[in-house]
Amino acid sequence: MSKTINPVAGYENQIDSAYDHNPNDAHHAGDHHDEGPKVTLGFWIYLMSDCILFASVFATYAVLKDNIAGGPNGRELFDLPYVAVETALLLISSLTYGLAMISMEANKLKPVIGWLAITALCGLGFMGMEIHEFIKLIEEGAGPGRSAFLSAFFTLVGTHGLHVTSGLIWMGAMFVHLFKRGLTPANRIRLMTLSLFWHFLDIIWIGVFTIVYLMGAA
Amino acid sequence: MSTPKNTPSTAKPKKPRTPHARPVDTDQTLSEAAHHDAHHDTAGHGTVKSYVIGFILSVILTAIPFGLTMAHMLPASSLIPVVVAIGVVQILVHLYFFLHMNTSSSQMWNNAAFIFTVLIVGILVIGSLWVMYHLNTNMMPGMMPVE
Repeated sequence: MSKTINPVAGYENQIDSAYDHNPNDAHHAGDHHDEGPKVTLGFWIYLMSDCILFASVFATYAVLKDNIAGGPNGRELFDLPYVAVETALLLISSLTYGLAMISMEANKLKPVIGWLAITALCGLGFMGMEIHEFIKLIEEGAGPGRSAFLSAFFTLVGTHGLHVTSGLIWMGAMFVHLFKRGLTPANRIRLMTLSLFWHFLDIIWIGVFTIVYLMGAA
Repeated sequence: MSTPKNTPSTAKPKKPRTPHARPVDTDQTLSEAAHHDAHHDTAGHGTVKSYVIGFILSVILTAIPFGLTMAHMLPASSLIPVVVAIGVVQILVHLYFFLHMNTSSSQMWNNAAFIFTVLIVGILVIGSLWVMYHLNTNMMPGMMPVE
């Protein structure tokens, strides 16, 4: 019995046609037109599950925010103008990513890369400001170990920051993809899902500045 | 387009697939283009105008709560509901203008997943706060600063 068992023997055609309109047409293979909506829906479901992760961290923060253990509270720690600048950076990056998507629709590679670069710079600026804020708080003795309030604060804001960092790494990879292959169908799907991710993070930030910073300073 | 170009794909294998069979290729290019158009209609990527409108609305909806909080004009009891309400409106603006959520049939599964998530998030957040608030007030009187 030297015969190898191929688990997909006889199904190759069906697998091909799942991605392709016309299996008879060789140069059509690899275009993967039908993948887009499926990938977007799958990614959307991931974002929704991420939403539930953030909801747990938000609920934890809301429960623990008054347990300051004699340490500093939000009103003493939060610098609202500083947070307003962070918010502005994320908002501008959402607009510039939208403009990158419009350039993608118009098949213009250079504007896509340009708008994406501005988006990445805004994201980097945001992360720089957030890390600076964290370092300042820890130096003031208001680190995550000080009170339950500060543990919950660092967990919530830090989780958002980690997501923005992953988005920035993804954007870095996106530049390599775009420089190497241009606006291929696969790269369009990647840009589309990254756009969903980036706008989603901006929405989470609305929750963060409303519930943490504004309600904390109110 | 009343030429034989329009033959359904099931009829195509009957034709000799030689380099001279240009009509078949033309047909595929056209159907590909039509397919592209269909995608553009359903995906809804927005326009420069819609992104700019969304951005301006977001800036206004961010500036108002920040301004109200920094001016200290309202007491916390009335400021917090206002700030939260504006936050919810801003989230809806983002969902509509940036994430392009709408009620079209192509978005049915996205919307179903979204509504399910809103339900779970509501149970999670409101339930946690409710349970913990009652634990604080009923089990540990005087120990927690309950507002």
